Amino acid sequence: MKKIIEVRDLKTVFGSRVVHDGLNLTINEGEIYGLLGPSGCGKTTLLREMVLLQEYAAGSINILDNNLKNISYQEAQNLRQKWGVLFQSGALFSSLSIKENIALPLKEYTQLNQKIIDEIVALKISLVGLKQEDAHLFPSQISGGMKKKAGLARALAMDPQLLFLDEPTSGLDPISAREFDSLILKLRDTLGLSIVMVSHDLQSIYDTLDKMAIIDNKKIVYEDTLQNLSSSESPFVQTFFKERL
Amino acid sequence: MSTPNLQINQTPEKLELHFFGAFTLHTIAKYSAQTDRLNFKRQSLIVNLENVTTFDTAAALFIHNLQMKADSSTLVSQNPKVHENLLLVKNQVSQVRLQQEEKRKSFLYHMGKRVEDFLIDFGLFMEFFGKVFFSSLHYLTHFKDIRYKEIAFEVNESAMKALWIIALTSFLIGVVVAYQSAYQLKLYGANIFIVDMLGISILRELAPLITAIVIAGRSGSAFTAQIGAMKITQELDAMETMGFDPYTFLVMPRIIALMIALPILIFVADVMGVFGGILVSYIDLGISSHLFLERFNEVVAVKHFYIGILKGPFFAFLIASIGIFRGLQVKDNTQSIGFNTTKSVVASIFAVIVCDAIFSIAFTTLGM
Repeated sequence: MKKIIEVRDLKTVFGSRVVHDGLNLTINEGEIYGLLGPSGCGKTTLLREMVLLQEYAAGSINILDNNLKNISYQEAQNLRQKWGVLFQSGALFSSLSIKENIALPLKEYTQLNQKIIDEIVALKISLVGLKQEDAHLFPSQISGGMKKKAGLARALAMDPQLLFLDEPTSGLDPISAREFDSLILKLRDTLGLSIVMVSHDLQSIYDTLDKMAIIDNKKIVYEDTLQNLSSSESPFVQTFFKERL
Repeated sequence: MSTPNLQINQTPEKLELHFFGAFTLHTIAKYSAQTDRLNFKRQSLIVNLENVTTFDTAAALFIHNLQMKADSSTLVSQNPKVHENLLLVKNQVSQVRLQQEEKRKSFLYHMGKRVEDFLIDFGLFMEFFGKVFFSSLHYLTHFKDIRYKEIAFEVNESAMKALWIIALTSFLIGVVVAYQSAYQLKLYGANIFIVDMLGISILRELAPLITAIVIAGRSGSAFTAQIGAMKITQELDAMETMGFDPYTFLVMPRIIALMIALPILIFVADVMGVFGGILVSYIDLGISSHLFLERFNEVVAVKHFYIGILKGPFFAFLIASIGIFRGLQVKDNTQSIGFNTTKSVVASIFAVIVCDAIFSIAFTTLGM
C-alpha cells in the first residue's frame, strides 16, 4: 500500500509548552484514519500542521511526497488543491451562499463554464444530503448540522484525494451523525478517498475507522486497528474504550 | 502515464469517444469544447474509458450528460471504480432538479424594501430606547445595582485613554482657526478681536463638536464591535440565561461612562483650543498671552463655556446609545460587524450634528 502521509519525529512547541515530542505516524492510501486522545493533547494542532496552517519546531511531515518543511509556494498551492478540509464549525464564508461557497474553488481553479459548475455543485449538495432548495441560503440562515454538510460539500468540490475532518460528527444529532459516517464510508469506497479525522464520537470511531492513532503525553501511544486495542496499556485507552475492552 | 486526450471516431451509425490519461475537473473544459460540436441524434454512443488513469465525479457527471444526449450508449472500461463512480453520479443526479433562479425584483420593490427596513430599524431603536429608559429608572431606585466598577472602567477607557488625541486635535483646530482669522483681521487692523472670535467659537461650538466626532469614531465604533462580537459568540445569550440583564451589565455602564467622560474631554479641548489660539496670536499678530487673557476675561461670557460643557452629556448619550444599539443588531455573521460599525459611526456623527443644530437654535431663541 502506498503511504500518503508520513510524520516522523515531529516536535511542536508553543512558547515553553511542548505539545508533541517525537511523534511518528503513517497513513496509507484509502484508509480512514482517526486521531484520538484526551483534550489538549494536540490532535487539532497536528491536523493544522498537516494542512499547512501551523509551523512545527522539528521533525518532518510528508504528504503526497511533499515535505511540508521546505515546500515552495507553488508546490503548496498544488497540494492544497488535492485535499479538502472540513473545520469543526464548517467555517463557511459568511458573505457567500451555500452554493457559492461550494462553487468558489471550482471557479477559481478550473476553466469550467457556469452550467457545469452548477451541475457539479448540485451533485455535491445532494451527495452530502442537503436539499437543493437550501442551496441559495447563507451560512447565518442554516443550522449547525447543515453547516457541517455544506462544509463537507465544499471540501469535496475539487474531488480531492485526501480529506481532513475535524470532529465531523460533534454537534450533530445521532441520526445525522450516523448518516455522516455512512457518507464517509461511501465516499471512501466509491471515490477512493483517504480520510484523516479527529473524533470523540465513539460510535463513529467504531463504525468508520480503519486505523487510529492515540496521542497522549506528547507521543503516539497506540497506532493500529481497533481490534488490537486491548494490547494497549495507556490510561486514556483504558478509560475511553472501557466498554470495548 | 499518457497525456490527457480525447479521440473521436465517427461513422454514420456509431460515435466512439476514446479518452486517454487523467480525466478530471481540469481536463473537462477542453473535452467539452470538442464534444459540443458533435451531433448525438440517432447515434449509438460508445464511451471508451479503458486508458483513463484517474476519473473523478466531475468527469462522471460529464459522461452521464453525454449519455443522456445519445439514443443508446455503451461504456467500455475494466475498472470497477469507474463504474461505481458513474453509478453514484447517476443515482444522485436522478434526485437533483436544478432550482430556478429567483426572478429579478423591480425598482419599486427595492425602494419599498428599503423604506420597510428603515421603519423596522427605527422601531427597534425605539424599543432599545424604551429599555434604556426603564433600566435608568431601575438604577435610580436601586442604587446598589449600579455597576460602579464597570462605569469606572469605561470612563478610563473612553476618557482617560482619549485625552492625548483630543488634546492634540483641539490644539490643531485652535491653531488653524486662529491662523485663518488672523490673516483676515490683519486686513482691517482689528487684531485684538481675534480673542472674541476664538473664545466664542471654540468654547461654544468647536470644542464640543470636535470632541464628539473623535469620540464617535473611537468609542462608538468600539462599543459596536465589542457588543457585536459578544453577540456572535453567544455571550449575550449566555448572560441572559444566567439572569444577568445585558442592559444593566453592558448598556447602562457604557452610556453613563460616556456621559461622564465627554464633558471632561470637552473641558480639555477648550483649554487646548484656546492655547493654540494664544500661540498663533502671539506669533502672527504680536498679541501677548497676558493681553489675550485679559481681553478674554472681559469679552467672553462664562455662559459660552457652560453651554459647550452642557452639550457633552447629550452628545455622549447619542453616541453611546447608537453604538450599542448597532452592536445589538449584529447578526450571526462576521460581515455584519463591519456593516454595523460603519453605520454606527456615520449615524452617531450625523445625530451629533443634528443635535448641535437644535441646541444652537434653542439657545439663541432663549437669548443665551
